[in-house]
Amino acid sequence: MSEACTVLIAEDNAADRLLLSTIVSKQGHRVLVAGNGAEAVELFQQERPQLVLMDALMPVMDGFEATRQIKQLAGDELVPVIFLTSLSETEALVRALDAGGDDFLSKPYNKVILQAKLGAMLRMRALHSTVLQQRDLIVKHNEHLLTEQRVAKAVFDRIAHAGCLHAPNIRYLQSPFALFNGDLLLAAFTPSGGMNIFLGDFTGHGLPAAVGAMPLAEVFYGMTAKGFSIADVLREMNQKLKRILPVGVFCCATLLHLNLHQRVLEVWNGGLPAGVLRRKRDGTQHALISRNLPLGIVEAERFNDHCEVFAIEEGDRILLWSDGVPECSNVQGEMFGEERLRELIAASRHENLYDSVRDGLQAFSGEQQDDMSLVEIAVVDEASLPRQSMPVSGSTKQSPLDWSASFDFRASTLQAFNPLPFLMQWLLEVQELRPLAGTLHTILTEVFSNALEHGVLGLDSALKADANGFAAYYHERQQRLEQLKEGWVRLSFDHRPDQQGGALTIRVSDSGGGIPQHVLQMNTPSTPFSGRGLRLLHELADQCWREEGDGSLNIRVRWQHE
Amino acid sequence: MPISSIASADGQELTISIQGRFDFGAHQEFRDAYEKVAVTPKSYVIDMKGATYLDSSALGMLLLLRDHAGGDNARIRLLNCNSDVRKILSISNFEQLFQIG
Repeated sequence: MSEACTVLIAEDNAADRLLLSTIVSKQGHRVLVAGNGAEAVELFQQERPQLVLMDALMPVMDGFEATRQIKQLAGDELVPVIFLTSLSETEALVRALDAGGDDFLSKPYNKVILQAKLGAMLRMRALHSTVLQQRDLIVKHNEHLLTEQRVAKAVFDRIAHAGCLHAPNIRYLQSPFALFNGDLLLAAFTPSGGMNIFLGDFTGHGLPAAVGAMPLAEVFYGMTAKGFSIADVLREMNQKLKRILPVGVFCCATLLHLNLHQRVLEVWNGGLPAGVLRRKRDGTQHALISRNLPLGIVEAERFNDHCEVFAIEEGDRILLWSDGVPECSNVQGEMFGEERLRELIAASRHENLYDSVRDGLQAFSGEQQDDMSLVEIAVVDEASLPRQSMPVSGSTKQSPLDWSASFDFRASTLQAFNPLPFLMQWLLEVQELRPLAGTLHTILTEVFSNALEHGVLGLDSALKADANGFAAYYHERQQRLEQLKEGWVRLSFDHRPDQQGGALTIRVSDSGGGIPQHVLQMNTPSTPFSGRGLRLLHELADQCWREEGDGSLNIRVRWQHE
Repeated sequence: MPISSIASADGQELTISIQGRFDFGAHQEFRDAYEKVAVTPKSYVIDMKGATYLDSSALGMLLLLRDHAGGDNARIRLLNCNSDVRKILSISNFEQLFQIG
């Protein structure tokens, strides 16, 4: 038996009214009675009964109009109206339904049928109210979820936008909520004026896909700012994700390093679709193929941080995208597909690469889809990029101004360790050197790789005469480094205060006898792919000379009091 | 049933067959296919003959099986992969973790 409720009976015939009231109240329900439609509407407003028995033909206001008004007053709530009728004409029954009636009861009234109909209507009402409650609950949950996502995104944006996605040579397409689709795009300047760009795609959707993004962004920005190599950044990212993510959740990613001085692109791709490096000069394309497992799957010992190296020139463009691009679909449910994308890229004019792909995607799918990331990076002259200088710390701590230190890095250390970030950190303890951080990092990078590659590994930069030789050079570098048994690089630093400010002298020597005098004097690059480094030293340093005795290279950088 | 498993007569090898789309919807069924079996197999075969599609959460599920089967010591072969499935496995370089035939 259904729960007791209030039933409104609208009936102009007093005898019928009494009969119905008796049957209904015997079932345990409370009864309200009205003699016409207008009274019924008024009573409904006052008492909000849960069910109405409505005579069709009544004086003042008939049952059809009264039903319309009651249904309107009830709003979302289901108040079943059962028409009491001797009408048998089809037209009148249709009018009753049109007015919002839910059922009929024919005269003469049968007690058993009335009871059964009341029960059925009240069950329907209960079901309806459950549906309403659940609908409201879902709406509430959804609002809650969106609020949480907004907060999470706001927090995340503070971290993610610490970088240089706004740089003039980067263009990208990404839904504002891509984070919750697992897509992550990060870009930052390296201290020496290059750029690191990361595009990642976590497995899954929603919160589980977003949780790994925060630690990745922290590692990326923290280590890039300190000048770590992308191999170092990748190892740290992999290890961190392996530690925090459950088995089965991982991040497909591409990490790029653009060295704009040396015009070198380093690429590591683990699991993302192969991006494209397109040459301005002749339009040739190189696929940036995935050669590694995604991040967060294997232990540190098995992780492969080896990057591919490409020579780049001003005007070259790099295009990366996530799975969402080939997987985006049109209204017919057809996927854009990898083939169509590659054709679109191949057919587009060089300077319109990004626009063609974006427009092609939009023309195909009609609107921007949520889960795609597309980014283009143009190789530009470093001078055209804004360069952030390191903030001078506000602490009143005294800088160390009068000191010297010397480091020897021997074979096994040279194989596996990049000392520059640590040396930089130490040098920048001299607060006055902080505005020169980029310059110092560039100088150290140049002299260290010069000493390692030519002095210790005995590589000949003449090899870098063309693009093929360039690749061969880096292959050879890798091989010789792996087999290195002996050799050393010595970096000595000497900082002294003077009348105007101070001067830092960096002295580099190596087991190969240092840099030959004639090489140092070369002021112009010998080929498009080599020789830039040394010219750069002359430009950046206040003084640059070779010591005859040990062949060491000496670079002096000065700073002045404000 | 899209995912079924059958053990070899000696119980040393478990063959899991995938039908249709291998994606997040198959998560529970795939786990059941290797967790709710009476045998403790030494090696696993995933028969992809009937698999039409595989997404990144399916890759995650394969990693879960690999973990269950002993991590780096797991012996898992993926057989009868169609070219689409093979391509997805190769972009992620999963041939470093699974034997793909």
